Amino acid sequence: MKYAIDVENVSITYKCVKSRSIKKSLFSFKKSDVQLVEAVRGVSFRIPQGEIVGIVGKNGSGKSTMLRAIAGIFTPDSGTIDLHGHSISLLAIGVGFQKALTGRENIMLTGTLLGFSEKYMLEKMDEIIEFAELGKFIDMPVKTYSSGMFSKLSFSITANLKTDIMLVDEVLSVGDVKFKKKSYEKMRELISDEKRTVVIVSHNMDTLKKLCSRIIWLHDGELKMYGDVDEVLDAYMEFMD
Amino acid sequence: MKRFFIDTKKFSQYLIYATKSELKSEVASSRLSWLWWVLDPLLFMMVYTFISLVVFQKGMPYFPVFVFIGLTIWNFFNKTVQTSVKLVKINSAIVSKIYVPKYIFIMKQMLINGFKMCISFVLIFLLMIIYRVPLTWKIVYVIPLLVTLFVVTFGVSTIMLHIGVFIDDLSNVIAVLLRLMFYMSGVFYSIENSVPEPYGTLIQSLNPIACIMQGMRNALLYGKNFQFVAIGAWFVGGILIALIGVNIIYKNENSYVKVM
Repeated sequence: MKYAIDVENVSITYKCVKSRSIKKSLFSFKKSDVQLVEAVRGVSFRIPQGEIVGIVGKNGSGKSTMLRAIAGIFTPDSGTIDLHGHSISLLAIGVGFQKALTGRENIMLTGTLLGFSEKYMLEKMDEIIEFAELGKFIDMPVKTYSSGMFSKLSFSITANLKTDIMLVDEVLSVGDVKFKKKSYEKMRELISDEKRTVVIVSHNMDTLKKLCSRIIWLHDGELKMYGDVDEVLDAYMEFMD
Repeated sequence: MKRFFIDTKKFSQYLIYATKSELKSEVASSRLSWLWWVLDPLLFMMVYTFISLVVFQKGMPYFPVFVFIGLTIWNFFNKTVQTSVKLVKINSAIVSKIYVPKYIFIMKQMLINGFKMCISFVLIFLLMIIYRVPLTWKIVYVIPLLVTLFVVTFGVSTIMLHIGVFIDDLSNVIAVLLRLMFYMSGVFYSIENSVPEPYGTLIQSLNPIACIMQGMRNALLYGKNFQFVAIGAWFVGGILIALIGVNIIYKNENSYVKVM
């Protein structure tokens, strides 16, 4: 079996290094009390290529931290994460949007930031615009958008730019009922590609049950269970009640 | 080192596009739009020319152009360094969601300010024509001087970006230091003619911006050489600082997110 993501014994500690003022650094005699928060502790799992894996866990159990570490936004303090050279993107709301620019320009901006070429973006532009269904608003500054339109736009950008591994953090509940259904369908379509690996963080049990092939359950930064969807979700539900 | 070039190339498209759109949004959000890029340095040139000529009664040949060249160089350095302190915070929306080498933000800032500097240079040439400044071949010296300016600015900014993440009020300190540097750079006076020796030479060669400024004026206005040794030393020094800065950023940038 080919694996897309290898996570081995990863620990991530937030050193609450608060940025300090110069006065404080000069006049406080006691050494700065650095608070350590262990967000993820010794987690290991392997995700095979082409699978859709859900991550569940109560708030603050390290789900988003795990995703960000996989995405390479910060390095783990110990342990390794190996992506076997796959390209990766984190599906998140409003990355690097410039409020004074139009929707169209923001699509370009986000796309090039994610490392796609200008040419590729121009090809994809129509698809993204059509999917976002913003109508004439696409050529208006983003600051005039409602919050729903804002998230619709960012969902369609990331969902239409395809990478080998997609990390999805709680964005499936975007927009009105109609758009929700549509974005759900889009996820299905993305997922149906056998080469694409998807990791979803969600609190919505229905979505997870319908989309995923395996579930990871994180609890207080530790891996509690990893396996079959029904089995893990049942145990999780029981635990939460 | 190799990683630096690979990353820069990878994000070059973003850099170009982000610069364009930032300039565009600046134009869109102000009433006189791009006219400000012309008006701002021109108006400040008038202020300093007035102060020097009328209040202190000191001048140099082609004085307004002299001041304008000084301001152009200074603005580029000042604006880039000043914003670099806060860059990670300003871009926190990007930083917390996508991996970007953080010095890319400095490069973006340099491109933006560099574009404005180009406009200023066009104005400089217009002013030179108006004041009938005789041109010599020494005008080619502008190129090595600009390269040195870029290297030094980038180097200083990388260090500032790193420290700025951890120290909140660094920007206040930097504002004062930059102001001090401004007065020591001879933007609206000639260090050679006004500061008694040996302090004149000292200030001139220890301050890269003063050095570059003087060289630029010599090349454009007076057909003289620049201080080869001092500029050369600052070029090498700038590269060293930049190397150290980029290294520090690479080592620490993944913990920047955790601080915010």
